[in-house]
Amino acid sequence: MNRYRRRTLALELAMIAAALFVGFPVYVLVNLAVRPTSDTSSPIAPTASPTLDNFTQAWQQGALGGALANSVLVTACSVAIVLAVSSFAAYPLARVTARWSRGAYLLVLLGLVLPFQLASLPLYQTMRDLGLLGTPWALVLFYSGLQVPFTVFLYAGFLRALPRDFEDAALIDGCTPLQGFRYVVLPMLKPVSVTALVLNAVAVWNDFFTPLLYLSGSAQQTMPVAIAGFVGQYVTDWNLIFAALVISILPVLIVYFLLQRSIINGFAGGLRG
Amino acid sequence: MTLAPHEHLEDHDRIPGTAPVDKARTRRPRNTPPWWFALPALLLFGFVVLVPSARGVYYAFTDWDGLDPHFSFVGLGNFADMFSDADAKQAIWHTLLIAVSITVVQNALGLALALGVNTAIKSRNVLRVFLFAPAVITPIVTAYLWRNLLGPEGAVNSLLGAVGLDGWRQDWLGSPRLALWAVVGVIVWQFAGYSMVIFLAGLQSVPKEIHEAAAMDGAGPARRFWSVTRPLLAPAFTINLMLSIIGGIKLFDQVYALTGGGPGHATDTISTLIYKDAFTLGEFGYSIALAVVLTIIVAVASTGQYLVLARNERAAS
Repeated sequence: MNRYRRRTLALELAMIAAALFVGFPVYVLVNLAVRPTSDTSSPIAPTASPTLDNFTQAWQQGALGGALANSVLVTACSVAIVLAVSSFAAYPLARVTARWSRGAYLLVLLGLVLPFQLASLPLYQTMRDLGLLGTPWALVLFYSGLQVPFTVFLYAGFLRALPRDFEDAALIDGCTPLQGFRYVVLPMLKPVSVTALVLNAVAVWNDFFTPLLYLSGSAQQTMPVAIAGFVGQYVTDWNLIFAALVISILPVLIVYFLLQRSIINGFAGGLRG
Repeated sequence: MTLAPHEHLEDHDRIPGTAPVDKARTRRPRNTPPWWFALPALLLFGFVVLVPSARGVYYAFTDWDGLDPHFSFVGLGNFADMFSDADAKQAIWHTLLIAVSITVVQNALGLALALGVNTAIKSRNVLRVFLFAPAVITPIVTAYLWRNLLGPEGAVNSLLGAVGLDGWRQDWLGSPRLALWAVVGVIVWQFAGYSMVIFLAGLQSVPKEIHEAAAMDGAGPARRFWSVTRPLLAPAFTINLMLSIIGGIKLFDQVYALTGGGPGHATDTISTLIYKDAFTLGEFGYSIALAVVLTIIVAVASTGQYLVLARNERAAS
């Protein structure tokens, strides 16, 4: 069944063709980004005189360095907070069968169906009153709450499938619940934590609607909003815009190719969790 | 199921000659984490999601403009307006159309790719990494990339010209008839690999022995897929369909970047209309009423889908 036959070769070629089809836009992206503005030949023809000028120009004029730093700050802080509070909360919610625990868990699950468009407009007013509008901290606060339902759901599902023997033993050995969580439960949560880390980081990094609302008009931008602003400013200068797009994609793709196994397993992990 | 120690430690289990078991400990033999562990997460969730959502539902019945502290209660007025608002009705229709199309096409392609990758081909690991790669790229960035590719002078038209299909060249995003499908195509391009990865995880959980046994019993490839693989893929279907339909219903970024809802209102979705009504027209009350409709659609779609798929999953296992 697993021998390499002529049909397997045909399938292999078909799959590679599919991959090339998927990769075609990326080829055009790079091809236009390294092309001087004077080169107006067809976008699918490789450029004759590649240059990196567009990249330096985009980097300087788009304030992309600051946006990159903000994106890193917002993603790192939000994900750290979400993972900490959600794993901590999932522990009693998965283990305690009292009525308050079930009620609280159902309330959290309700958050899975509430689209953030519903909360984000009233929250806009609250952020304004708190003076957080236009700062990255508005985003950190927002994601720290927004991502709780999904992350608690992941952790609680995983915890329910874990045997309780170790925790019970730790308690009998004199651990406080806090120590039991820190030294016994948390290390066992490592696989689901990788999934939660990957999915939350990608969701926060890529989000556009929220920073568009909460950071509009301020100098503080995250990468997606900076890119949108850049496109708005250089409307038809596609060589420059494409250079900016490449700059914004590059850090993500580098991390992706370095950690591809963990990242793909993280995405697929929702299936097992 | 493992039996935890001390689970049923009652007096009659006591080994003769030992001291009676402490009653208090037998009643609470388990490590029960205290309730306040859940407090930080619940407070954040309440502050960011629950309270604003509840306020949102309230504002949906008012004529609030987002700034003025004085606003009045208009009852079902905002919802009644929706019925006479052609843009809103159109946006709701587009949202459903996009969600259903993405769900069908993306999952069909994702499944085909997963079946292709999950074979003896040599490039399967590399293909998996490359086909999934678009899914990690920021959607707004891929959307701007495609806005250029699909333009009148873009690479898609150049490619069509290069293979002799000059008659097919179009302004893909400028045509009210095609723009919506162009948006669907861009999303499928980006996320088919995501569906593939989830199907792959499901396929790899199908034991090889079952396939071999079915093959020995004379089942052909199609029969093996239908009777062996498909039922075991049920959990992967559940996750994939949920992700794509809810993602499709909430769609905002790609429409914003590709067409801005245009040409005219040909690609407006509920989410782009929410944004426009609130931030360019200042109609917060109406905008939030639209968000309430969005919530209801998401809730109905996900509950309905969950019930149907949970039943299939039970039937399959």
